[in-house]
Amino acid sequence: MRAYRSPVPAAPARPRLAPARTGRRSAEPDAPPPARTSAAVLLREIVAHLRQCRVQLRDEWVRRIIEARTLTAMSQEEIFAEATSIYDNYLDALETGTLEAVQAYAGQLSERIVPRGVETREVVGIVLLLRDVLARSLFANYRADFPLLNRVLDAYEPAANRIATTVAAGFVHERERVIREQQEAIRELSTPVLPVRERLLILPIIGLIDAQRARQLTEQLLRAIRANRAKVVVIDITGVPAMDADVANHLVRTVDAARLQGAMVIVTGLSPEIAQTLVTTGVDLGKMNTVGDLQGGMEEAERLLGYRVIQVPEAKR
Amino acid sequence: MGVPILKEGHHLIATIQTALTDTDLQGLRDSLVTQVGRYRARGVIIDVTALDVMDSFAVRTLRDIAQMARLRGAETVIVGVQPEVALSMVELGLTLEGVNAALDLEEGLAFLDERTKGASRGEVPRAR
Repeated sequence: MRAYRSPVPAAPARPRLAPARTGRRSAEPDAPPPARTSAAVLLREIVAHLRQCRVQLRDEWVRRIIEARTLTAMSQEEIFAEATSIYDNYLDALETGTLEAVQAYAGQLSERIVPRGVETREVVGIVLLLRDVLARSLFANYRADFPLLNRVLDAYEPAANRIATTVAAGFVHERERVIREQQEAIRELSTPVLPVRERLLILPIIGLIDAQRARQLTEQLLRAIRANRAKVVVIDITGVPAMDADVANHLVRTVDAARLQGAMVIVTGLSPEIAQTLVTTGVDLGKMNTVGDLQGGMEEAERLLGYRVIQVPEAKR
Repeated sequence: MGVPILKEGHHLIATIQTALTDTDLQGLRDSLVTQVGRYRARGVIIDVTALDVMDSFAVRTLRDIAQMARLRGAETVIVGVQPEVALSMVELGLTLEGVNAALDLEEGLAFLDERTKGASRGEVPRAR
């Protein structure tokens, strides 16, 4: 677990980076100064400047984050801790020009903040804020020499944009992954096939059905028919709010497939809306055995299987 | 490769063992329909448990067998359709309209006994 509460979580990482930086700096005088190298040198100079003003710029950034009322899901201490480590990672990425570290960091960060309900807008917002804060500091620093300022911005802007894009993409990627996982979980949860009597299955469907879920339902049902040697299946769609023609046709096909395995399907709990949709879209329901509610469906199924439910007089109190 | 046809009481049982060519299917159809008359069968069971694919010709032939057998006085049941086969069949629109289906051989026999009950032709009752 990372130390959220500590105001300077990234501090131990700093000395590790220092030798690398000095090492690179010592190589500078040897390098010939063509345009590309000079941009890299310039970028390193910018990073050195931004490191110098680290505390001041970071505090400015945090102040603006809080002022803009972003990241409301997090406490100020947490924002401060995250901001510190984002700031250092941002500068490292600017310096090395490689995005792998940022990508990895953005992934970790997203993993931590996505479950807390942080929005894409906020993440993009804070990264752009940081970009803005740093650009302003560069402006202030190089204001005196206009051509140099131009070159500084030429070096800084593309790198900063790349980082912003990477962070945003990483965040969206993480969010999509979470959503996919949740969808998966909902799908697993919401399709039970329940044996209620010898040779009688109930399949209660809750929630919207899309094409993929419909297909999965059918497969599960067909396997369950085989495993339980079911003769009658009651599909209860009381919990389905709406159904389009595609899904309705799939339901009809499910009934056909079950029949090919020797099982009879009773569909119960069609809401008035679904009934209307099915009639107006002209789905062929002739082969479907429908009963108003689950109770009626159970009674019909018991009749088909030859069961008779009798109320015992002494239990009637 | 031919399909063995067994006689069991009033019923004929054809168990398809491997994927069949179109010629094999026609052969099965012809011999089943002939034997329904020869053995005065009341029911025909076609077991397709071993099939993991069923094409449109196979489905049409099964339907033809059912209709022809019915014209000659026997009820037909298809048994052992695998879940995957059932799914792909309905997706291709091959639903074996008007043909009975049952889960397996046991179910098929129970279904035919139910159907032909009380419609005995005065033959010796089948030993169980």
